Amino acid sequence: MATSGSAQVPVEAFSSRVSTAPVTNLAPRHSALVRVTHWITTLCFFALLVSGIEIVISHPRFYWGETGTVLTTPLFQLPIPSSRRLVPTGYGYVLPDENGWSRALHFEAAWIAVLTGLLYVISGLLTRHFRKDLVPSKPDLSWRALLTSFAKPLRFERPSATEASSYNGLQRLTYLFVIFVLFPLVIWSGLAMSLGFASAFPWSVTLLGGRQSARTIHFFVSLALVLFLFVHVLMVCLAGFWSRTGAMITGRTGTGKEHA
Amino acid sequence: MIISRRKLIVSGLAATAGASGLAVAARLAQKYGLVPPDHGGIYGLGVTLTYASQRLLTRHSLAREFPRNRISPRPFPNYLDPLTEDFKRLQAGGFADYRLSIDGMVHQPASFSIADLKSCPSRSHITELACEEGWSYIAEWIGVPLSHVLHLVGVHPQARYVVYVSMEPDTWDSIDMADALHPQTFLCYGMNGSELPVAHGGPLRIRLPRQIGYKNIKFITRLTVTDNLKRFGKGCGSAGCEAGYAWYTGI
Repeated sequence: MATSGSAQVPVEAFSSRVSTAPVTNLAPRHSALVRVTHWITTLCFFALLVSGIEIVISHPRFYWGETGTVLTTPLFQLPIPSSRRLVPTGYGYVLPDENGWSRALHFEAAWIAVLTGLLYVISGLLTRHFRKDLVPSKPDLSWRALLTSFAKPLRFERPSATEASSYNGLQRLTYLFVIFVLFPLVIWSGLAMSLGFASAFPWSVTLLGGRQSARTIHFFVSLALVLFLFVHVLMVCLAGFWSRTGAMITGRTGTGKEHA
Repeated sequence: MIISRRKLIVSGLAATAGASGLAVAARLAQKYGLVPPDHGGIYGLGVTLTYASQRLLTRHSLAREFPRNRISPRPFPNYLDPLTEDFKRLQAGGFADYRLSIDGMVHQPASFSIADLKSCPSRSHITELACEEGWSYIAEWIGVPLSHVLHLVGVHPQARYVVYVSMEPDTWDSIDMADALHPQTFLCYGMNGSELPVAHGGPLRIRLPRQIGYKNIKFITRLTVTDNLKRFGKGCGSAGCEAGYAWYTGI
């Protein structure tokens, strides 16, 4: 597996690497554990998203601090109808209550996602996956390299075969941010809303500024994760949907015919 | 693909060890009361993991309490179905004839008026009531700890749950003994220094500050102590769970 894949790597390095690589790359692009945890997380993500939206519909108002009800001023309110008749929405109808299964699905998917994430992070540390594949190298972090990786997809430029075999600096930073900032934050703010968890670890709520702040943070971090998902899928499409998705399913990068 | 004999034996042993490990874990979880009554179905895994881990972490933990100046000025009473004729009659009489009966696995089944309950040692806590929908407010809740009343009637040692029934039609729920004996679990008759308003469940509501609002049922009129929830309704422990809402709501 390549150790660095930024646009800054000199051409000689490319050619020497390409010449030694077999035509069909047999080294897996992603390890089996990365592939399995990726797709379990994908399933959980959609379950959490759908059930999370359903739960928000029952009270599409957000507050800051400890408390907040329809009798207090919200920080903001989503302009959507609600599944509860006492929420003033401006719509003349009330949506059906779907919170029973939504909550059950939300928490079950959260459990599976957290356990899968733990497995991923522990194995990632043990196999040096983070150090090898995600921690950017110094040249990757130069402004020029980052700008290039940012501008290329904006011009709808497909990555070269070599670039497709590892992540550039921008990708590495983004993945690290999602794995070590967004996911921990969304789990923490979610747990802070658990009355049982908060009774055992009261600081988990107070540090976030209160129960309603935790809920608002949970909402915005979820939004950030959805934004990441959009860009992630967009980049996969740009790089070649079937070859990238295939690599995440079978581990093989294929024969490179898309970039030939 | 060729699988060596050694690999086959090793993976066979690992699978057997894993399966028996799971079986032992399930047996232990059952023995230590870590399996909720609604553990069946596709969400059984999630509700069991939540209940088991919270029981291990929070058996004795206390819900956060707040200083008096953080009491919400306008506590929000959630939607209430129209009150029954029976309830209106009791309300007209100032709830003098309102009774809470306690039966099941107790030495002395009993019936308490609101005055009887008020003559018990009164306790209060300033805690947050949080609805599963997302809103929450802080109030002072005044009442008698459920543990005190259970002590008065004498609970059998094999008791595992307390079932509580509301005057509202088809409204009942249950808690395990860890919650029933928890010092913050109240039979609540007062709020913010006065009587508990009917809109908030007066004259008597169960108050469980470590569980979500819908578990804090209003107009409590009957308690049944039991070792088995199978005999109540569809057997999953609450009317809410029969409608798809989880039995345990520490989350």
